[in-house]
Amino acid sequence: MKVELENLTKRWGNVVGADSMNLDIQDAEFAAFLGPSGCGKTTTLLMVAGIYKPTEGHIRFDGQVVNQVAPKDRHIGMVFQSYALYPHMSVFQNISYPLKLKKVPKDEMQKRAQRVADMMGIGHLMERKPAQLSGGQQQRVALGRALVKEPQLLLFDEPLSNLDARLRLSMRGEIKRLQMELGITSIYVTHDQVEAMTMADRVAVMKDGKLQTYASPDELYDRPSTLFIGGFVGNPPMNLLKVEVSRENGDFHARREGLDLVVPPDRGEKAAGKGKVILGIRPEDLTLAERGTGGEIYVVEPLGRDDLINVRIGEASVHVLADPALGLRIGQSVRLEFNTRKVQFFDPATEQSLLWA
Amino acid sequence: MAEAVMGREVARRPPSRWVQLKATLGAWGFMSPAAVLVLVFFFLPVIILFVISLTDLSSSNFSDPLTFVALDNYLRLFRDRFFPKILGNTLFYVALTLSCFNVGMALVLALLTTHISRRVGFFFRLIWLLPRITPSVIYILMWRRIAHQPPFGLINQLLGPFGVEPQYWLFEHPWLFVIMVNGFVGASFGLILFSSAIEAIPKDLITAAKVDGASTWQIIRDITLPQIRWPLLFVTTYQTLSLLTSFEYILLLTEGGPGLYTTEVWALTAYKRALKTYFGHNQWGYGAAWGFVLVIIGIAMSIIYLRVFRFGELVQEPKIDVL
Repeated sequence: MKVELENLTKRWGNVVGADSMNLDIQDAEFAAFLGPSGCGKTTTLLMVAGIYKPTEGHIRFDGQVVNQVAPKDRHIGMVFQSYALYPHMSVFQNISYPLKLKKVPKDEMQKRAQRVADMMGIGHLMERKPAQLSGGQQQRVALGRALVKEPQLLLFDEPLSNLDARLRLSMRGEIKRLQMELGITSIYVTHDQVEAMTMADRVAVMKDGKLQTYASPDELYDRPSTLFIGGFVGNPPMNLLKVEVSRENGDFHARREGLDLVVPPDRGEKAAGKGKVILGIRPEDLTLAERGTGGEIYVVEPLGRDDLINVRIGEASVHVLADPALGLRIGQSVRLEFNTRKVQFFDPATEQSLLWA
Repeated sequence: MAEAVMGREVARRPPSRWVQLKATLGAWGFMSPAAVLVLVFFFLPVIILFVISLTDLSSSNFSDPLTFVALDNYLRLFRDRFFPKILGNTLFYVALTLSCFNVGMALVLALLTTHISRRVGFFFRLIWLLPRITPSVIYILMWRRIAHQPPFGLINQLLGPFGVEPQYWLFEHPWLFVIMVNGFVGASFGLILFSSAIEAIPKDLITAAKVDGASTWQIIRDITLPQIRWPLLFVTTYQTLSLLTSFEYILLLTEGGPGLYTTEVWALTAYKRALKTYFGHNQWGYGAAWGFVLVIIGIAMSIIYLRVFRFGELVQEPKIDVL
């Protein structure tokens, strides 16, 4: 099913939940709504589910406006962070509840519930109550309950946030695989950028109720259109430095105290002569080298595979990923090479990208 | 894993006697204020009540030495011409007030006030508390004015223009008013408990049910009611017992009348026999027997409720979620 949001807005008095959201989700596409708490992603999801009525704008399912359609008639399945299993019902009763409401005959209900439960690997737990299950099992029941009625749209509201890290990783893969196999259009709300990047076909980044951008994970990572996206997407986060870009003898120089980088013309050109701009560079695009910008190590944080080191350059500091075998110590002087082909430039006032706007 | 094993070993080592004693004393220390209250205000009065019920103590012989009459008071009670009437009245009064108002209307109102805007719901519940915080005498005087005989009475004045025959409503329909008067006060108790229990149901559960395809009525039947099972059972039990022993509104409203024992309930009989008779002849011993039977009924009802509703299961310790 194709989903379109058009100027979708939700306000409670002066409080804005979602502000003029415009985006479309193609049939069988996996879209993620990504943003910090209170950015309006759950509000938008609940409008799509039909729990909240939009203040303005339209929601279209396959071209039909569904603003006035009750949740039960929207053919959706939903999975919650809290699992939202009915505590007084057994696993079987939970999974078959949507079918019971649809008055599906008993033996068919039994068959379909069992099939979904087996698919989720909880077929042997049918008689248990939710309180007798682990968090991971509960989330599988919740997923089964959402899938049993064969919905045309799946809504996920931070479904993995209550699981422990290892389980989250495996469920992430399972949900992605399941979505692809079943081909159900899905919206996945999360504040975890790794979840959004790894699972979604396209990610809608939201902030303060506004859609910042709606793009594929690769594009988000390589071509962040705003400062917020640049800083929010990627872990460890992008380094941000105030610089001034100027053209000298045909080269573009990005300068600040203790730093002088020659940047590629296609990028430097767009930032030159704009006064102070913000230069963004990801930690993996910085390498320790024989030559380059000099600095002093301020902190070393071992991450296992890499060491995350914080290097002071003048008054600024940047994060760099380094090989633990180097045995770097606090206070040591190092030199950094910038992979200038990957630098980003942002306007400090509008916070828009100067490269991809 | 290692921590779990360590924890088990610590638990297996028997604590020293002094530690055990300290724990026991501590527990008793914390329990004692409640224990003293129950002892002084429940057990002792019940024992005194029972002892008095075995005597013929009354306002005509209280200066004489106590005469024990064994179970005479009880035999007299069960042989009383109006005993079946009073017992029937009590059951009728408790069952109807409880089902129609203290649980029934409380539940309906709780569902209504939690399904409208929060502020309006809160205001509505506040209004329903007014009868409870009004002094009993004023509350009953109001009702008596409302249901007074013609040409007075608010009902007569309001319904008169619509062609309704004026009548002495309170005397024509005494039970209706006895139950309403008690019910309007009693309903607020359940109303508060039910509505807070309903509001405590996680919003996600309701959202999930809506998405699953449930209508409002189906949500109430399948989610809300099972989720408030505990307050429902508690209010039923608690209000049964408090209705069994309540009589002050009936005393003020009808005095058990009109006529002979029309609306007289057990607790009112006990009160009248022991403390209020027309000729100043207070039969303390006989009244105590009525009272003591009521205590026995109350205890029996509590035990039945505890068994039937399996309260033990409801208050069991929550399981700690293991991932």
